[in-house]
Amino acid sequence: MSAAGTELGEKRRPAARLKAWWSNPWGKPRFLILFTWAYILWSLVPVAIAVQFGFNAGRSRSTWQGFSLRWYFQDPNLSVLHDPSLRAALVQSLQLAALTMLVATPLGVALAIGLARWSGWGSRSANFLMLFPLITPEIVMGVALFLVFVHLFGFVQLGTMAQVLGHVTFTVSYVVIVMRGRLFSVGREYEEAAMDLGASRWQAIRTVLLPMLYPAIWASLMVAFAISIDDFVISAFLMGDQSSATIPVKLYSAARLAPSPAINALASILLFASMFAIAFAILVMGRSRKKEGKGGSAVEDFARLDL
Amino acid sequence: MSAPDERRAVGERRWLWPSLAAPGVIWLVLLFLVPLYAVLAVAMGAPDPIFGDALPAWNPLAWDPSEFGTIFGEIFTGQLDIVFLRTLVYVAVATFLSLLIGYPVAYYVARHAGRYRVLLLMLIIAPFWINYLMRMLAWVNLLSTDGYVNQVLMFVGILDAPREWLVGKHETVILGLVYGYVPFLILPLFAALDRIDQRVIEAARDLGASSAQAFWRVTLPLSSQGILAGCVIVMLPMFGDYYTATLLSGSPKTNMVGKLIEQSINTGGGSGRGAALTVVLMSFVAILMTYYLYSVARASREART
Repeated sequence: MSAAGTELGEKRRPAARLKAWWSNPWGKPRFLILFTWAYILWSLVPVAIAVQFGFNAGRSRSTWQGFSLRWYFQDPNLSVLHDPSLRAALVQSLQLAALTMLVATPLGVALAIGLARWSGWGSRSANFLMLFPLITPEIVMGVALFLVFVHLFGFVQLGTMAQVLGHVTFTVSYVVIVMRGRLFSVGREYEEAAMDLGASRWQAIRTVLLPMLYPAIWASLMVAFAISIDDFVISAFLMGDQSSATIPVKLYSAARLAPSPAINALASILLFASMFAIAFAILVMGRSRKKEGKGGSAVEDFARLDL
Repeated sequence: MSAPDERRAVGERRWLWPSLAAPGVIWLVLLFLVPLYAVLAVAMGAPDPIFGDALPAWNPLAWDPSEFGTIFGEIFTGQLDIVFLRTLVYVAVATFLSLLIGYPVAYYVARHAGRYRVLLLMLIIAPFWINYLMRMLAWVNLLSTDGYVNQVLMFVGILDAPREWLVGKHETVILGLVYGYVPFLILPLFAALDRIDQRVIEAARDLGASSAQAFWRVTLPLSSQGILAGCVIVMLPMFGDYYTATLLSGSPKTNMVGKLIEQSINTGGGSGRGAALTVVLMSFVAILMTYYLYSVARASREART
C-alpha cells in the first residue's frame, strides 16, 4: 500500500514539476518563446530552401542532388548568365532600381524637408497626398498608370520609361517616411543658429541641415533601391513587351512552368541585392546613432518606420 | 521658442518650404491623382464603335455609367458575385489567421524578448525585403507533388499519397496570403505593444488582477489601435492581390477580384471593364483607407501634444 503510494507520488512528481515549470508566472513566457521562434522558422526556412535549390546540381526544384553553381553561370545555355531572357530581366531590374533611386531620393528628400518645416494650409493636404500611394492597393496604381500612359500621356512609351515614372511615384513616399523621423529629431534649432550667425536660408539648409541628414539620405537611397527592385505589380502593368520584364515579372510567369532551378538562382540574386541594400541602410543609420551617443539600435528605428 | 517668434520665423520663410515640397507634390498630382481620374474617365467612357475598347470620357458631363450597370448586374445575378464573395472570405480568414499568428509574436518581441530583441526584430523585418513572389515561389517548391511538404506528411503517415496542393485549393491560397502578409501586421502591433507603459500592467497586477485578467482587460484594450491599424495594413494589399492565387493555385476556382482586373486590362477591348472593376475595388477599400489616414492623423496629433 505504502509502496504503491510512493510509486504513484514519484510518477506524479515529474508531471507536476513540468506543470509548475510551464505555468510559473515569474518564469520566462515559454509558450511565447516557442511560438515566436516557430514563427520565425516558418517565415524564413521556406525561402532558405528556395535559395538552396538555386544551387542544386540537378534539374529538380524539389529533390536535392548536390551543390553546384551551374544555374548561376556554369551552364552554357540555361544559367542566369547565359539564358538571354533571364539575364535581360536581371539587367532590367538593376537598371530600373538604379534610375528610380536616383530620381526618387532627391524628390523625396526635398518633399520631406518641405513637409517637416512648412506649416501652412497646403502642408496638410500635401501630407495626405504623400500618404495615399502607400496605402492604395498596388493593382489600382498599376491600372491607373497604365491607362494614363495609354490615353493621356501618349508621349510616354510603355516599357522602361513608364516603369521608372511608376516606380518613382510610389517610392517617393517611402523616402519621405525614412527622412521624416530624422528631420523631427534634428529640429529647427541648427538652421536657426546658422542663420543667426549670418547664413542665408539656402546656405543654412545646404551647409547645416543637409550634412546632418546624410545618414538618412543614404538610408533613403538604399530603401528606394530595395523597394523598386522588389516591385512586381507596377512593373508588370507598365512593361511594353517581354524586353522590359523584370526579375519579379519573370518569377511570376515562370514559377509554375519553371523549367529549371535557374529561376531560383535568379530569385536568390534579387534577394541578395535587396538584403545587401537594407543591411547597408541599417549600418549607416546605426553608425550615425553611435556617433551621436544615442542608445538603442537602428534596427528598432527601422521596425518603427511603419512602411 | 515662444509662439509669436515661431510664427514670424515661419512667415519669413513662407516661400522656401512649399517650393522645396513643390516638385514632389507636382509629381504626385501628375502621376498619382491624374491617373486615378483617368481610371474613372475610362470606366465612364463609351466603348469605341470600331475597336470595342473604351474611349475615356474626360468631361464628367459626358460620363456613361453603363459599364457599372453591367458589373453590378453581374454581382447581383451571376458570374461575379462568387468572385467578390470569395475575395471577401479569403481576406477575412487570412487577416484573422494573421492576427492570431502575429499578435503573440509581436507581444513577445515587444515585452519579453530582452537581449534577443534586436535579433528577433531583424529576423521579423527580413521578410519585408524578400521579394513577395520569391516567397511564393518558395512555397511552390515546397508544395509541389514531390516537394518536402508531401514527403514529410507521407513520412509521418498523415497522407497516403502525395496531395496536389497547387491546383485550385482554397487552403493553399489562404496559407499563401497569410504567409505573405503576416510581417506587415506584426510591425504595427509591435509598435503599439511597445508603447504600453509597463507600470500600467504592474498596477493592474498590484490591484489583484491575475496575469490573464491583466492581459484581457489592460494590455489587449491598450493595443486595440495597433490591432486595427495592422489589420487594415494587411487587408488593403490583400484586396488587390491577384498573384498569390495565380502562383499557388492557377485555377479560376480561386480567382480574386484583382485577377479579373488584370485579365480585363490585358485583353483587347477590356480596359473599360477593367477600369470599372478597379473603381468598384477602390470604393470597396476606401473605408479602410479613410480609417487608416484618420488614425495616422490622430497619431501625429498625439505625438505633437
